[in-house]
Amino acid sequence: MMALQALRRYGRCVQKELTMADSAAYFDIDIERGVMKMVAAGDWRARFLKQVDSRLRDFADDTMGRELIIDMTGVERLDTAGAMVLQRTLLACGARTEVSKIIGASEAHAALMEQVVDHLAPCHVHPLHPNAFKAMLDRLGRGVAEAYEAALQLMSFVGETLATTWRVLTRPSHFRWTSTVHHMEEAGLNAIPIVGLMSFLIGAVVAFMGAKILRLFNADIFTVELVGISVLREFGVLLTAILIAGRSGSAFTAQIGSMKIREEIDAMRVLGLDPMEVLVLPRVIALVLMLPVIAFIAAILGLVGGALVAAFAMDISLALFMARFQETIIIDHFWAGLIKAPFFAFVIAVIGCFQGMEVEGSAESLGQRTTLSVVQALFLVIVIDAFFAMYYLEIDF
Amino acid sequence: MSTGNDNAQNMIELRGIRTQFDDFIVHDNLDLDVRTGEILGVVGGSGAGKSVLMRAIIGLKRPSAGTVTVFGEDFYGANEEQRLSIERRWGVLFQGGALFSSLTVAQNVMAPIHEHLKIEGELARDMAALKISMVGLAAEAGAKYPSELSGGMRKRAGLARALALDPELVFLDEPTAGLDPIGAAKFDELIVNLKESLGLTVFMVTHDLDTLHAACDRVAVLAEHHVIACGPLDEVRRTDHPWIQEYFAGPRGRAALSAKTG
Repeated sequence: MMALQALRRYGRCVQKELTMADSAAYFDIDIERGVMKMVAAGDWRARFLKQVDSRLRDFADDTMGRELIIDMTGVERLDTAGAMVLQRTLLACGARTEVSKIIGASEAHAALMEQVVDHLAPCHVHPLHPNAFKAMLDRLGRGVAEAYEAALQLMSFVGETLATTWRVLTRPSHFRWTSTVHHMEEAGLNAIPIVGLMSFLIGAVVAFMGAKILRLFNADIFTVELVGISVLREFGVLLTAILIAGRSGSAFTAQIGSMKIREEIDAMRVLGLDPMEVLVLPRVIALVLMLPVIAFIAAILGLVGGALVAAFAMDISLALFMARFQETIIIDHFWAGLIKAPFFAFVIAVIGCFQGMEVEGSAESLGQRTTLSVVQALFLVIVIDAFFAMYYLEIDF
Repeated sequence: MSTGNDNAQNMIELRGIRTQFDDFIVHDNLDLDVRTGEILGVVGGSGAGKSVLMRAIIGLKRPSAGTVTVFGEDFYGANEEQRLSIERRWGVLFQGGALFSSLTVAQNVMAPIHEHLKIEGELARDMAALKISMVGLAAEAGAKYPSELSGGMRKRAGLARALALDPELVFLDEPTAGLDPIGAAKFDELIVNLKESLGLTVFMVTHDLDTLHAACDRVAVLAEHHVIACGPLDEVRRTDHPWIQEYFAGPRGRAALSAKTG
């Protein structure tokens, strides 16, 4: 049998640590007629249990298999956490005999002790993680399968959009004019200020950058070609597409996605309305019509930005800029840029609507799909732009 | 049971509460007492402001007039520290459970234990396990994320989190809404059990007539911007007010009554 002195150290230390809050939980160990007795006292509420809990664990570990009486006469306050640690200590001692019991508890405290006794089993906190390598392979496999699936679905959605377009073209009474015009304003017209400003600044920046390098070769005047070709062929339309994808493509996903969450799409189908016709087509057509317009405005403002920088920061007057521009920039550059606009618009609108239709159930899914919509649209816009560049190179356009 | 104020008769006292959204008045001159140790059910038509009243008490919607006294202290007149100590003494179960979706159930229950009691490690885990078991969830549920749980389990998990700090007062916002009748009845039973064993005071917003019969000691009826009747169910039912009559004497009200008495 362990010496009383040794046993007492579990409780004593607790007491010593509690100098400031003298009512906090503490206990003392005694041996009465050969039976261990734990005298608990003080405030046994969760906030006072921190020190006493580890002592109790040590005590329970070292005295396993013995009989224990817990005297709760001195316990002033008790909550479920305090009841739990006391009850746990009693059970952990192992000897479930008549002798092991709780004495001196007030009625309320006894009821609480009774209440927790069935709920002492530990529970899982973290989800079970399978082997990390296997999990990685699993993710990779799923990713590939999902990408394939998504590509297939996107193709099918493009096909559906084209089929719907054809159907509506042959029966023009089905075309939603109001909706289309609304989206032309929302996604197109309202985007002009921000797209214009950005394009203006890009034109100015390109002129600055060019001027700095070209001056080294005494070729300042080539700034006109630099700004003209880069803005007309690439920057005007590409940056417009990027901004519209972030601004309007994501809005399409959010609009259609939230309708999907509220089951409005299902309601439409049940009422005999085709969501492709009502929701998707107006958006696609609106963007295909508007993006070339915005890209045109963006290109002009980009040139203005370049010309202003040339005029104020370099010695190329506006008149000289204009003359040089007309002389060296052929109209082909302008067309080479603008032709791409409807393609970009189609991709942005179709992906925006497609991702919106893919939203399921939760707001979480809506957020994911909106992000995905912008990322995919940007990716495809740049891929298409690269194809155009290669194609132009081949046909010498 | 655990902390003072045992002699205070009323756990919550609302006096002259007025809440409004811009010009739209929800409550006006509303008085209500919640007595220590009771389950008070707050009923009222849709839009009567039941949830708004609860939010006004727990500090999410400041009333434009009136006082909210909780545990004998003026909640909106208290300073930051006093308010925090009041907030630690109550638990709230929101309608959908409002569990943090990035944490498992056990981590959800441990969150207030870490945050307020600064308890970590094994003790925190044991306390969480105790609460999870007490609300009737299996030990395996602790490691699950909220999205993997059914509606009823989510509410139980939310209740476990509300009980994490051993509150004296618990707010329940439509605890049985969206549960099937069996799940709802079990939840009523759970609330009564926990109230009995832990000595809780419960403020419950509900639509559910069966819950009123099964769980509530008193019922407060919200209409026309204030509490039009408050008392034991039998008393309230006899009140001569058209909404109350329609509510309790309607087909659903009678069905709930006969289920209780028959």
